[in-house]
Amino acid sequence: MTNGITTAVAAPPSDITKRSRPASVVIHTLLILGSLLMLYPLLWMVSASVRPENEIFSSTSLIPSSIDFGSYVRGWTGLDISFGRFFWNSLVISVLTVIGNVVACSLAAYAFARLRFAGRNFWFAIMLGTLMIPYHVTLIPQYVLFLNLGWVNTILPLVVPKFLASDAFFIFLMVQFFRGIPRELDEAAMMDGCSAWRIYWKIMLPLSLPVLATAAIFSFIWTWDDFFGPLIYLNDMNTYTIQLGLRTFVDSTSASDWGGLFAMSTLTLVPVFFFFLFFQRLLIEGIATTGMKR
Amino acid sequence: MNNAMRATADPAVTVEHNPRAVADSRWRRIWNANAPGYFFLLPWLIGFFGLTLGPAVISLYLSFTDFDMIRSAEWVGAANYVRIATADPKFAAAMKVTLTYVVLSVPFKLAFALLVAMALNKGVRGLPVYRAIFYLPSLLGGSVAIAVLWRQLFAGDGLVNAALAHFGIAGPSWISHPSYSIYTLVALSVWQFGSPMIIFLAGLRQIPTDMYEAASLDGASKFRQFYKITLPLLTPVIFFNAVVQTIDAFKAFTPAFIISGGTGGPINSTLFYTLYLYQEAFGNFRMGYASALAWILVLIIAIFTAFSFLTSRYWVHYDD
Repeated sequence: MTNGITTAVAAPPSDITKRSRPASVVIHTLLILGSLLMLYPLLWMVSASVRPENEIFSSTSLIPSSIDFGSYVRGWTGLDISFGRFFWNSLVISVLTVIGNVVACSLAAYAFARLRFAGRNFWFAIMLGTLMIPYHVTLIPQYVLFLNLGWVNTILPLVVPKFLASDAFFIFLMVQFFRGIPRELDEAAMMDGCSAWRIYWKIMLPLSLPVLATAAIFSFIWTWDDFFGPLIYLNDMNTYTIQLGLRTFVDSTSASDWGGLFAMSTLTLVPVFFFFLFFQRLLIEGIATTGMKR
Repeated sequence: MNNAMRATADPAVTVEHNPRAVADSRWRRIWNANAPGYFFLLPWLIGFFGLTLGPAVISLYLSFTDFDMIRSAEWVGAANYVRIATADPKFAAAMKVTLTYVVLSVPFKLAFALLVAMALNKGVRGLPVYRAIFYLPSLLGGSVAIAVLWRQLFAGDGLVNAALAHFGIAGPSWISHPSYSIYTLVALSVWQFGSPMIIFLAGLRQIPTDMYEAASLDGASKFRQFYKITLPLLTPVIFFNAVVQTIDAFKAFTPAFIISGGTGGPINSTLFYTLYLYQEAFGNFRMGYASALAWILVLIIAIFTAFSFLTSRYWVHYDD
């Protein structure tokens, strides 16, 4: 098995034209099998969410005997507070996070990439350093701070830091992109007497839409999926995000409403899947550039 | 603009040897040169001092105290650290679980990522589709929904055992068996090899094809080409992926929390380091002790990273 893969894989790209048919058939077969293996759990979950309740555990097949959306109805209202509320809370936090990240990180990235000021390299090194530090180190004092501000049980601890560019990863991503924009553009504007602010607003941002979109999409998905932050700061069920709602659902399904659980799980993945479907290229390029230093 | 003109002009002409005016214009020049940069950096600077540096210093202080959020922090010297190192079986368990998780999940993840990336790099038809499918789990993986799904897949009456039953194998109850529970979490991590795969793909793209052609003409076998060309040229990317994935693995939290119901059980077999930290801080309100745990985590990650960079000289080839 593994031998088959390594020998097949090690063929140089130049061989595409003259590669023997069997080799490419082997690769395709392996890739298709791999894809099925990757997708199987996800597909099974979706199909479990539309199965009649008694069929969920007895079947490893992906095709339900009959389609029944009862699980969605049960799941949506399965807790004291409806999932609609959780979705709304998640949406508010995610959208505000997107705005905060795009605004604050692009401001900082523009300063690092284009402006000359004393201490720029020092602050840039510090910023990169913060990427390395696990957030657990600042977690407890931050919690005490937000508790004293009376912010616990509100969305503020989850959102305000983003407006202070706390997600340094996006600063890094944007700096990489800004550096690729020809300097002549802003230098010419500078000659014409444009302020730094106007250059940022009129030249940099419009030319950086791809990286801004990438940052926005990743911000949304990561915030939407975030569990730790809401777990710590949101204790009142009215403020729960869908991740917390789902976890509560798991704990409360003493009656074992598996169908409802899978239905709600599927729903929480829908927005992420939607982004994946429509902005796949941006996501993949965003990931690829983080690994490429040039 | 006017200011800029004056700044570049000879000060003797503009300010007539008035020393105060000279000093004034120097300050103005310094201000003009630096103000825009710091203006743009302001949100980040506030965040850095208020939410990163400040809290980090405070948590370092707290790690030497007894602090339960109700009474004020009480200085206990190195007692927290001493207890972590010598008298905390749960810390030892968490360390063992986390290291097991890192050592098992990272190499497998990278191996799959590299294998699939190489298969895709051969110019197969439908590359974007395959790439998307293999990447999808990475994108969804951090969510509670996936952890819930995993919990079901590996339950005693779950899908994995139903599949095994087809072959006449009676599988154990994976998630509630202390010997197997960690492997379900490793499997979940390995399933998400999409991100490193995409980075590998980008790296493979940068290898010039004529190198392979030359090697082919010299009669090098496919395996030898892989070993002599692909692997050495990919070492910077392998290094990057290994460091990033390892740091991520040390910080893993959500799947263990959901699958064990927040306990890290059965018998601490899924007690990830961060899960233990969470229990101490927000379950038992031992904030001082949890701060010490956080700093130990930083220390471990720092040591690992430093070690990686030091040893990278011997195996990572940068083509400078």
